[in-house]
Amino acid sequence: MNNQHTSHTVRAYSDELNALSDEIARMGGLCESQVSDCISAVMRRDPALAEQVIEGDHQVDALETATEKRVIRMLALRQPMASDLRATIAAYRISGDLERIGDLAKNIARRTQELNKSEPLELTRSVERMGKLVVSNLHRILDAFSAGSAEEAVAVCRADEEVDEHYNSLFRELLSFMIEDPRTITASTHLLFVAKNLERIGDHTTNIAEMIHYLVTGNELHRDIRRDPDDVA
Amino acid sequence: MADSGNRASTVYHDAAKTLKGKITLDGVNVFYGPDQAIYNVSMVIPDRSVTAFIGPSGCGKSTILRTINRMNETIDIARTKGSIRIDGEEINSKAVDPVILRARVGMVFQKPNPFPKSIYDNVAYGPRIHGLASAKRDLDGIVETSLKKAGLWDEVADRLDQPGTGLSGGQQQRLVIARAIAVSPEVILMDEPCSALDPIATAKIEELIDELRENYCIVIVTHSMAQAARVSQMTAFFHMGDLVEYGPTEDIFTNPHEPRTQDYITGRFG
Repeated sequence: MNNQHTSHTVRAYSDELNALSDEIARMGGLCESQVSDCISAVMRRDPALAEQVIEGDHQVDALETATEKRVIRMLALRQPMASDLRATIAAYRISGDLERIGDLAKNIARRTQELNKSEPLELTRSVERMGKLVVSNLHRILDAFSAGSAEEAVAVCRADEEVDEHYNSLFRELLSFMIEDPRTITASTHLLFVAKNLERIGDHTTNIAEMIHYLVTGNELHRDIRRDPDDVA
Repeated sequence: MADSGNRASTVYHDAAKTLKGKITLDGVNVFYGPDQAIYNVSMVIPDRSVTAFIGPSGCGKSTILRTINRMNETIDIARTKGSIRIDGEEINSKAVDPVILRARVGMVFQKPNPFPKSIYDNVAYGPRIHGLASAKRDLDGIVETSLKKAGLWDEVADRLDQPGTGLSGGQQQRLVIARAIAVSPEVILMDEPCSALDPIATAKIEELIDELRENYCIVIVTHSMAQAARVSQMTAFFHMGDLVEYGPTEDIFTNPHEPRTQDYITGRFG
């Protein structure tokens, strides 16, 4: 989090606020590699990598618990105000969204094992493109958190539209695929879930963007400003 | 509003610009001898609500509070300039009797200061000198109602003849609030009313402030930011004689616009 203020009169309080944003950054970094790895596991049909992602989720969960404890302690002992209050609440909410992102990555990793039982699907490539976009948005939002950039948060919110479009077209394609060749139904359904989970990760990324906007500006990011007014697509 | 010279001007939140006021301060400056304590403060204080004045020691918050009932006049070297109006009436005009004004604008201080008299007489004193009750029965009524409004009646009803100074600190503070209420004021000024009280007594006073808000315009000076956040609807932040920022309490404590306000309420004051 960008530290534009002079430090607290009580130094331990500053330390705790810094530790809180460090924890979020660590948790974010971990989630980013979890999401990136679970997509690779699907692409490369790599059960070992999938297993690693599933195992790695415990670490994300542990960090969330630690953040939650720290936030409760700070609310009780420090009674944060103004930007400190927003930072504390934002950290609490963001850690929740990151934890969900971790769960979704774990879910995708589990699908790998199922997908490996059938022949590779051609559409896996589209899922990969969607996955790359999701990872890139997650990366951008974590940078926005470190930089304290509300503008970038708005930009990431808008970028989520593209993720949704990807998902919708994938959905249609997979549907026609299944109609054409019912033997692909099992694999296609698993792939559809993978895409759905990626789309959900995009939504949680958007939630994080909203929290960063609130944290930096003190104002809620209204859903209607997510869309660029010039964008008439 | 008067010219603010080279000092930073006040940041008013939108809600603070459109207030219908009980009290209006317009370009108020206060001097102690050659030293200026208050610089050009303009603000509108709404009726039937609690307005908190916060800021570091020496910022002028008590001084500005004391201009509202002309208490600063009791200090020889103090001079007040600018306009202070209650319901549109200029309180510093020659026509206004400060004694009458102080009945309309009651005050509660940091340390409870009951008179060395009985509980009954503490409350009855004001109504007596202002001639608010003609018969003993009327006076009894005023004492009872005031003590009830101050949330003290149940604790003292059976010992009204005992000295007010024998009560606990929290009870004494409620007693002086009852004393202030007894003369039917319109405004109640409170200068750190809870700083000498324990958390339970503080909670009782805060609860009382919240109830009194229905009928009075209350202005409270407090060092406890948590208290300002709990009891007030509007908050004004003062620093070095300036009114820095004025707005709804919720906004001031979650999203202050001024860096000085932000630094103060988050505990970053250098």
